[in-house]
Amino acid sequence: MLKYTLKRLVNAVIVLFIITTATWFLMQLLPGSPIQNFEKLTPEQRVQVQKQYHLDDPLPVQYALYMTGLLRGDLGDSYLYGGRSVTSIIMERLPVSLFLGAQAIIVGLVVGLFLGIVSALKRNSIWDSGAAFLAVLGVSVPDFVLAPLAQYWLGLKLGIFPIAFFESWWHSVLPSLVLSTIIAAVIATFTRTEMLEVLGQDYVTLAKAKGLSRLAVVLRHVLRNSMIPLVTIMLPLTAALVTGTLIVETVFSIPGLGEQFVKSIFEKDFPVIMGTTILYSVFFVGSYLLQDILYGIIDPRIRVAGHRE
Amino acid sequence: METSNRQITFTPDLFEPVQKSPEDVEKITGSPVGFWGDAWRRLRRNRIAIVAGIIILLVLALAVAGPWLTPYTTVGQMLDRQYKPPSLSGYWFGTDEFGRSMFDRVWAGTRVSLYIAALVTAMDLCVGLSYGAISGYYGGKVDNVMQRISEILNGVPILIVAVLTLLIMKPGILSLTIAIGLVGWTNSARLIRGQVLRLKEQEFFLASRSLGASTFRLISKHLLPNVFYIVIITLMYTVPTAVFFEAFLSFIGLGIQPPAASLGALINDGAHQMRFYPYLLIFPAAVLVAITISFRLLGDGLRDALDPRMRQ
Repeated sequence: MLKYTLKRLVNAVIVLFIITTATWFLMQLLPGSPIQNFEKLTPEQRVQVQKQYHLDDPLPVQYALYMTGLLRGDLGDSYLYGGRSVTSIIMERLPVSLFLGAQAIIVGLVVGLFLGIVSALKRNSIWDSGAAFLAVLGVSVPDFVLAPLAQYWLGLKLGIFPIAFFESWWHSVLPSLVLSTIIAAVIATFTRTEMLEVLGQDYVTLAKAKGLSRLAVVLRHVLRNSMIPLVTIMLPLTAALVTGTLIVETVFSIPGLGEQFVKSIFEKDFPVIMGTTILYSVFFVGSYLLQDILYGIIDPRIRVAGHRE
Repeated sequence: METSNRQITFTPDLFEPVQKSPEDVEKITGSPVGFWGDAWRRLRRNRIAIVAGIIILLVLALAVAGPWLTPYTTVGQMLDRQYKPPSLSGYWFGTDEFGRSMFDRVWAGTRVSLYIAALVTAMDLCVGLSYGAISGYYGGKVDNVMQRISEILNGVPILIVAVLTLLIMKPGILSLTIAIGLVGWTNSARLIRGQVLRLKEQEFFLASRSLGASTFRLISKHLLPNVFYIVIITLMYTVPTAVFFEAFLSFIGLGIQPPAASLGALINDGAHQMRFYPYLLIFPAAVLVAITISFRLLGDGLRDALDPRMRQ
């Protein structure tokens, strides 16, 4: 297990290194100078600005500087916002996104599990078809359609929720709900499939034959065994949330990391784009790493083969 | 023997021998049903998949012919007819802030979105199919190296690759296709590799190989036809993903630039004006959702029809 984990860890570090290097060099390819109105500056100002951002060094030196800074957790300074450090911008914005994401996961998990369990237990009933319909809808309606519609119907027409900004907990409800739809849909489909498989197992028949109550069979035997694979799909879902926060935070004007990322793309604030990209990559690669390790713990066959089919 | 039956007496002249020949045996079972015929029979029984297929055809037809059904164009402005609400007699989907007919713009946008999706899918299939087939066929070291490469690509968030590609290249149909297609093929490559690995172990493959068939013949005659159904299923899932990503990138402003529009760009415009003109959002959103849902449902139906073992 240790060898397998180490192998995965090395792999993840290599992936992150490649992503970071590729992103850094791609950033150098971007058209235009990072400094707008460069010709309007006096020669002294130019030298000063270039010194501040190390733009006068040759590319390999700049790259080495960035990478060594990265190891120390220094992501450079923003081109805008008076040269604030990227790390401080991220630190200010990240908690908001994490909060929204965590709330969305909780809601999605509860709703998804409920729908999945009900449709597996009442297979081929109207409940089952209803849940299946909701799941297809949840996967197919993208956040950027759902978010404006939710703003319009729940925010404006019914006036239940505030439609923008992030001033109180009440403001976070609608964005979290929008974010949670895809999670709920995926978990519902997944739970149903897994539960149906477990329901057909011999040990469930045995549990019923022993005379256990229906509730005890479902909770102790079926649900527990269906939940094992669920642990591992939670992680790619978490990664998918990143895409969601970009949209939802932009639509609802929430000062999270996603909104900052989209804004930085428009403002061509390269250090911030770069820093956020690295953070997102760490997030993605880390969640896949964790998933693979969990898989290895749960299913020993994977460790031997090195990867799952 | 006849004594036990008193009501009816069986005599040999009541019977006439059946002419037994191989053809008659065939006639009784009907003409043989091939793989595709069998799949079509299963698919036909799936009403949801058929309805989804019809919706896809309808959307395709409207994307091609839609803008020609009205006398209006999608370019230029006519300020005297700004924000006309949708009506059956005038503008079916209303008009936008420049007085452009939304009916025309929605279908022109659908055309752009589907065009990009088709390009991405083609790219996905070409790269994924050859990569998966080569990796699975050669196995060993080649497979190992190729698997590591696709693992690395898989670890890269697709969204970030797409955003970076679009920052470097000018936003447009080609750059969007490259941005979306760059990472998407790993999934189909993985599926195809798995299937090739399975097929390689089967007897018919061994037979052909021991008869001295060339690598090209083995791949093109024995492997590809047998992974073709995976290709079709993958295709059904790639299209909505591509439509979604194109719309997402256009939504955050990195996609199709005005005056051209895709569904995502239209939804973005509509979302900004939704408060007073909700129809600007609702029509493009409905078309987008119809496309993604239909392709997914048809994909599920095809999966069940082509590979019943994969049925959930």
